[in-house]
Amino acid sequence: MIRRLAWYWLIPVAALAWEVVTRSAGAVYFPPPSTILARMREMAATEDVAADLVPSLARLAVGWALAAAAGVALGVLLGRSPLLAKLVEPMVHFGRSVPPAALLPVFLVFFKVGTPIQLAAIVYGVLWPVLVNSMDGARHVDTQYLDTAQVFHLPRWRVVLAAAAPKIFAGLRLSVALALIMMVISELYASSEGIGHRMREAEGSVDIPAMWAGIVLLGVLGVVLNGLFLAVERRALRWHRGRTAA
Amino acid sequence: MLEISNLSHVYGSGPGAHHAIEGLNLSVAEGELLCIVGPSGAGKSTLLRSIAGLIQPTGGEVRIEGKLVKQTPDNLAVVFQDYSRSLFPWMSVADNVALPLRRKKMDKQQRRAAAQEALESVGLAEAGKKYPFQLSGGMQQRVAIARALAYRPALMLMDEPFGSVDAQTREDLEDLVLQVRGHHKMTIVLITHDIDESVYVGDRVVVLSKAPAHVVGDLKVELASPRDQITTREHSDFVHLRAEVGRLVRGLERTPA
Repeated sequence: MIRRLAWYWLIPVAALAWEVVTRSAGAVYFPPPSTILARMREMAATEDVAADLVPSLARLAVGWALAAAAGVALGVLLGRSPLLAKLVEPMVHFGRSVPPAALLPVFLVFFKVGTPIQLAAIVYGVLWPVLVNSMDGARHVDTQYLDTAQVFHLPRWRVVLAAAAPKIFAGLRLSVALALIMMVISELYASSEGIGHRMREAEGSVDIPAMWAGIVLLGVLGVVLNGLFLAVERRALRWHRGRTAA
Repeated sequence: MLEISNLSHVYGSGPGAHHAIEGLNLSVAEGELLCIVGPSGAGKSTLLRSIAGLIQPTGGEVRIEGKLVKQTPDNLAVVFQDYSRSLFPWMSVADNVALPLRRKKMDKQQRRAAAQEALESVGLAEAGKKYPFQLSGGMQQRVAIARALAYRPALMLMDEPFGSVDAQTREDLEDLVLQVRGHHKMTIVLITHDIDESVYVGDRVVVLSKAPAHVVGDLKVELASPRDQITTREHSDFVHLRAEVGRLVRGLERTPA
């Protein structure tokens, strides 16, 4: 544990360098980390941080869960049905090629500003990588697993899901980062609360340290979410890690 | 027990169609251990898949205990050649063996006990908690055999079961099959391209022609049991039989189909 932590020595060094460079340059738009941290502490003490953080995280969780469930279900279905895949796949590739952020203006037309539009943005961003990876995983399930399932009368879909799990998890991991991106983008443009909205307010009132406080918070959130996901994945795919390492 | 009459199977259609089996007749008695040999590409696997209900043959029929095979029958188990793709890597060895028993009227404890018993009978009493990838190839194939045994099938099909293991392991597994058939009352159909193996393991050896496959030889193996890797193989009856089977298989390879 300590040995692993020792590898993070560059982080304080980088923070220190950032501090030194920004101080000596005196740039207004690049405040030193100490100023950002002080502003963060001040905000935590004087403002209702939970009022922005909780709705952001709730939308992130709900949007991600909805899209992940739909993506896995649709992906596995398409992966196992060559006929359906032939029909739908060109559209899937079109859909996933459109940058989700580019669709915000469209969502603005269709959905109410606030939670509906943010959920739509997160769902759209998350759906594709999950769907495409699940489809790929389900398509390439070894036929002998399926023969075995048929011979012993085992439920076929469970064998497909288990065999495709490594691919499905790869898509889910990608989607966690995407969900965070879509959460912020939608809040920057179409929200009256949330982390993104607070950053926009800070920018409007030229409260640069508060803006950076949002950026730092998002970075930390990203690291934490990815860490949580990896912990779950490591448990679920223990067999896969062991097998590929052997 | 197993009746195959006028079986044919064609893959594809038109001029590119591949006739894998044509007019194949075969019957296997209850409790018999039948080995099927034939040159590679002879349609041996197609035959096995037809018996197992994994494919619908384009002509003829397969009956097991008088019942026409349409899907995989309940009383049939298969041991595939490639154990690494037949055991589920995401489950422990014991779970792999116990999984097919869920359909039987057994509670969790009974299933676990049956799996353990099957693992013991293949010499893997201690391996239950491991994952398949932690075992050697020969041990994995033992697990696949244990899974089939625990299922208590009336008919066990084995598709080149020892084709992917080294020679020593192969002999051990051949003896294992001879040993377990003594304990379990079942009919076994073993497909192999190894002529020696077919004579050593079988009560009877059936030789298939090149594709489109049909039966070209049907020999009774009357060797003393229990069989032994050294003494059985040096016995003049064994030498004679393997030469006869070999001539049938070889002869086919020389004459163009």
